[in-house]
Amino acid sequence: MSVKSKIFSAIKQIAEEQRITLPPLDDDLPLNDTGFDSLAFAILVARLEDELGVDPFTVAEDAAFPSTFGEFVRAYENVPA
Amino acid sequence: MSPPDSVALREYLGPGLKDRTISGARHSVSFTDIAQHSCLTERSCELSGRSVLLATSGQLLSALAMIELDGVVRRLLLSPPDLDWDRLQDLLEQADIDAIVTDRPLPPSHAGKYFVVGVDLPQRKSTGSKVDRATEWLMLTSGTSGLPKIVRHTFDGLAGAIIAEGPARYRNATWGTFYDIRRYGGLHIFLRAVIGGGSMVLSEPGEAVAAYVARLRAGGVTHISGTPSHWRRLLMSGASADFSPDYVRLSGEIADQALLDGLARAFPHASIGHAYASTEAGVGFSVDDGREGFPAHLIGQDHAGVEMKVVDGSLRIRSRRTARAYVGAEAPPLADAEGFVDTGDMVERRGERYHFVGRRGGIINIGGLKVHPEEVEAVINRHVCVRMSRARSRRSPITGAIVVADVILADGTDAARHETIRAEILGQCKNRLAAWKVPAVIRFVERLDLTAAGKLVRTDA
Repeated sequence: MSVKSKIFSAIKQIAEEQRITLPPLDDDLPLNDTGFDSLAFAILVARLEDELGVDPFTVAEDAAFPSTFGEFVRAYENVPA
Repeated sequence: MSPPDSVALREYLGPGLKDRTISGARHSVSFTDIAQHSCLTERSCELSGRSVLLATSGQLLSALAMIELDGVVRRLLLSPPDLDWDRLQDLLEQADIDAIVTDRPLPPSHAGKYFVVGVDLPQRKSTGSKVDRATEWLMLTSGTSGLPKIVRHTFDGLAGAIIAEGPARYRNATWGTFYDIRRYGGLHIFLRAVIGGGSMVLSEPGEAVAAYVARLRAGGVTHISGTPSHWRRLLMSGASADFSPDYVRLSGEIADQALLDGLARAFPHASIGHAYASTEAGVGFSVDDGREGFPAHLIGQDHAGVEMKVVDGSLRIRSRRTARAYVGAEAPPLADAEGFVDTGDMVERRGERYHFVGRRGGIINIGGLKVHPEEVEAVINRHVCVRMSRARSRRSPITGAIVVADVILADGTDAARHETIRAEILGQCKNRLAAWKVPAVIRFVERLDLTAAGKLVRTDA
C-alpha cells in the first residue's frame, strides 16, 4: 500500500470514529474543509507515526503545517528515509 | 530523653504467643521466640537512644528488629529493599543517623563512620533493653522521581487506625501483603498482625506472584492487602483459583469498579475493602461496600479522629495518624497552618459519593484541556477482556499532547478479535468520556511495569 493510500485509510477510519462526513479528498482540498478539528489531526498524526514510523511535523524544526490535503500527503512522502 | 507517651510495639506481645508466627520463605519465627530472644548481635544494648538505619536484605529480619528496637532507639529509619548505599548516603545525613542495623556487608566508606550492629534470627537470650522513649519512625515516600523524602511518624500515629477499630476486630487473622513492610502500606499490615494478635506471611524479594500465593495458602493466610495493580496481577496470574481469603484489602491506588467486581467474583466468600492511606497522610478511611469511591458524608466531619476536606479538587486530611513532618535541613512543611495534609489526590463528587480521579501532578494537558490518566483507565478496565491498562501522555505537534493507552488483554484472547476489541474499547471511551480524553491510539501489550511500591509506573507524569 502506498503512503498516500495508508493516509487515506487512516483518515477514513478517524472520520468514521468521530462521525465526520468527509468531502472528496482532492489534492487541493484545504485541510480546514475536511471537517477534522485539531484533535482529529493530532490522532491522525499519532497513528500515522505508528504505521509509517515517522512524524514529519516534529522531525523538521521549521516544518510548517500543510494547508491542503495534497501538501499533507507530500509531507509524509518527502521525509528522508 | 522523652518519656514514652505510647506503648511500644513489643508490649503488644501479650499471652498466647506460641501459635503465632512471622514467616518468610525459608524461616518461620514464633512470637514466643521474639519475646524471649534477641535478633541483634553483640553490643546491641548500645543502640539505646541512637538514630538507627534498619537495612536488611529480607523483610523478616526487619520485622524482628522493629519489634526489638521500638521504644529503645531515638529514631528508626526503615530502608526499603531497592535503595543502595550510594543513594542512602544523603538520606542518612538528613536523618542524623549514627547507627546501622543490617545483615548486609557495609561499603568501606561507611564502615568507620557508623556504629554497626548485625541482625539475625532470634537466638541470643534477650538482654531486655529498656523501653524508655517514644521512638520516631522514619520512612521514605514512594515518589517516583528524584530522591525520596523522609517522613517522620510516631508509633501512636502509625497504630492509630488499628487501635481505633479495636484490635479484636481481626483477632487470629493471618495476614499477608504484596507490599513490603518497610513501606507505609506494608508496615500498616505488619502492625495489624502484631497488635491485633495475628500471624503474618511475608513475601520474598523478587518472588513471583504465584509462588507467594502458594505460600499464602500453605500458611493459612486469611487477610491480605495490596495495591489495585498487585491485585490485577494476581487475577491475571490465575493463581487466585485455589486461594480463598476472608478479607481482601486494596490501597495505594484508585480501586475502580471493574477491579472491585473482579475481586468479588474471584473471592466470593471474602469481604473486600478499599482503604485510603498514604505515607504522609496516614490511614484516612476504608470502604467496605464494594463500590468505587467513598460516601460524601465522610467529608467535612470528624470520623474516628480523621477530618477530611476538599480544596481546589484535592483531598486534605487532618488527624493524629498523619506523619508529623518531613525530616531534613531544608524539608518543606508537611501540613498547612491548620494541620491539614494535602494528599495531591484529586476527587470529584458525583451524587452522594466522591470518586478519585487521579494525581494532581499526573494531569495530561491536551491543547489546554485536562485529563487524568486514571479516569481513562477506569473506563478501559470495564471491558470484559481487559485485565489492566495504563493511559499516558504522548507528545503531539498539533495539540502538545494526546492520550494513548497500553492495554493488557485476558490470557487466551483470540488475536483475530483484537481489532473488534479495540473498536469496542474506543466506543466505551466515547460514550463515557469527553472527546479529548478518548485515547488516540490503543496498543495491546504483554506487561506493564510496577514501581517498587506496587503502583503502575507513570514515567511521563
